[in-house]
Amino acid sequence: MMQTQKEHPIAPFLRMDRIPHIWCPTCGIGTTVKCFCSALSNLKIDLKNVAIVSGIGCTGRVAGYINIDSFHTTHGRAIPFATGLKLANPKLKVIVFSGDGDLIAIGGNHFIHAARRNMDLIIICVNNFIYGMTGGQVAPTTPLTANTSTTPYGNNEKPFNIPHLAASCGATYVARWTALHIRRLTRSMEEVLQRKGFSVIEIVTPCATLYARRNRLGDGLNLMQFYHDNSEIKHGADTKDIDIEFQKKIVVGKFIDEDKPTFLDLINEGLSRKLGEKFIKYA
Amino acid sequence: MKADPIGVLTGSHYLDGDHACAEGAIAAGCRFFAGYPITPSTEVAERISARFPYVGGIFIQMEDELGSMAAILGAAWGGKKAMTVTSGPGFSLMMENIGLGAMTETPCVIANVQRGGPSTGLPTLVGQQDIMQARWGSHGDYEIIAIAPDSPQEAFDFTIKAFNLSEKYRVPTMVMLDECVGHMTERVIIPPAEEIEIEPRRYTKLSPEEYLPYKPCEDLIPEMVKAGDGYNVHITGLTHNEKGYPIINEEVQAVLVKRLVDKINVNAEDIIITEEEEIENAEVIVISYGITSRVARMSIDLARKDGIKVGSMRLITIWPFPEKRVKELAKKVKAFVVPEINAGQLVYEVERCACGNANTYLVPHYGGGVHNPQDIFDKIKEAMK
Repeated sequence: MMQTQKEHPIAPFLRMDRIPHIWCPTCGIGTTVKCFCSALSNLKIDLKNVAIVSGIGCTGRVAGYINIDSFHTTHGRAIPFATGLKLANPKLKVIVFSGDGDLIAIGGNHFIHAARRNMDLIIICVNNFIYGMTGGQVAPTTPLTANTSTTPYGNNEKPFNIPHLAASCGATYVARWTALHIRRLTRSMEEVLQRKGFSVIEIVTPCATLYARRNRLGDGLNLMQFYHDNSEIKHGADTKDIDIEFQKKIVVGKFIDEDKPTFLDLINEGLSRKLGEKFIKYA
Repeated sequence: MKADPIGVLTGSHYLDGDHACAEGAIAAGCRFFAGYPITPSTEVAERISARFPYVGGIFIQMEDELGSMAAILGAAWGGKKAMTVTSGPGFSLMMENIGLGAMTETPCVIANVQRGGPSTGLPTLVGQQDIMQARWGSHGDYEIIAIAPDSPQEAFDFTIKAFNLSEKYRVPTMVMLDECVGHMTERVIIPPAEEIEIEPRRYTKLSPEEYLPYKPCEDLIPEMVKAGDGYNVHITGLTHNEKGYPIINEEVQAVLVKRLVDKINVNAEDIIITEEEEIENAEVIVISYGITSRVARMSIDLARKDGIKVGSMRLITIWPFPEKRVKELAKKVKAFVVPEINAGQLVYEVERCACGNANTYLVPHYGGGVHNPQDIFDKIKEAMK
């Protein structure tokens, strides 16, 4: 009997000429990409109007695999690059897909200010608790006591709680999922693709090669099992209560979803009010 | 293509160099500005923030210069002509993304109103100490274009020129003002829009199937698209092939980096603007740029009164350096005298091109003021010996 090879449903969303990708076996980034492509597919969005921007690092490579206008920028600067892109062409839906180190450490200043402005950007922050690309150094998200290549005696710095940081700075949509929650993560991605404002989704993902190995947590499957046994869905939870501690409970869910005017809304409104007809409304 | 009249304040104005630079940008079609306040460049941002609402431009004051530079690159790929403005410390912070701009061949303009350094240095006083940084400041090999106006009128004219060159060569282009030019107020004539020539972006006419983002045309420059055109481009700061895909090996690196360097050097004659005066029969030539060229004029007058045959070469384009012309002149003259408000930067280029055929004399000034014309005159006399 003839067997016909069926195309994978998300293949049209990927640059298949760049596959195989560079990510390790059981890395969670691929799952987040799959969920993102499913969200695009489910919503039947015109891909012409979607652009993706990444910084540097393992997740920074996402822009290189998704078959839409995609920009792989400098370390930490994905958000300001995306800010320019979005403001230059407000018709675009601009997604920043990057890692915790890129967005929260070196890019932290841009993250908080874009949140403050309610810049109309979607931030997908893949948090694997570690710098993967450079070989497993401590990140601003590494839980206390965790071992990394630059904290060989355990991490003594308190990590950022990303949803709380985002919410405190003015993000209008904040959610957290793990790489296990593919259905809920996909739905969150669909939600942010259909809304306006600074939207942040943190995704806790396994890094088996570095984080799990250094901390003797097993392989990718063990980490997924851990997420299964230890994540608790608490929509609307107060973000100050959802710190992630080493191998403890992970609170997931949608914490914030508010409709507020974006940077561009306020600019257009304020200048129209002040300058009247002389103001040439932007976009 | 002619300038859009909406952005052109045709008429005779009394403007400082910073404001003239802002008007030049708006006349050139700049419609996206991202910047961070820093003396003595802030007036450019202030004027743009006041003028943009009337011309359909978008102004954003970013959280720092790292973000400002990244934002103008994003805006360029979103289809706008984009600019940022800064001074010394901010210029240092922009270097990382100037490299990304060079690597991704993104048209954009950076105005640097130079002050005295290093570090915080002399925030309110003049310097010309970022000349080498303009060219070499970001890591790796690449070329940029840099222009140094010497008056508010030139700040207007050459900001337009900078936009045009940045579009033509798809390269970050720098307008290297200095605090004196930025803060001096003079008459600026803004011509009618139909007299201002504007270089349009080099958008491709090829279909998405045929188009390769980094396939160069004959002049070594690839054609561009913008996000949202349906070309699904991938743009990266990694070493990339003609498709824009990252390829990490020495062959692709050689092809790409060689082209990034060649595209400016091969076209240098088209880019370079200099102003020569009494070069024929000159025994000494003063090579200067920016505010220093205006001081040097007085020194040259003093020398001529003294019977010395002295010519002047004013560099309007600093980078690419007019290598060919300086090499030619070196064979004809005794010496070059190079006054700069720094401890010696462009003088090394002059010395290199003189190839030992002519002597090279630096007249340094460490910043905070301009030269005493007598010092340049004394050096001219010394060069004649």
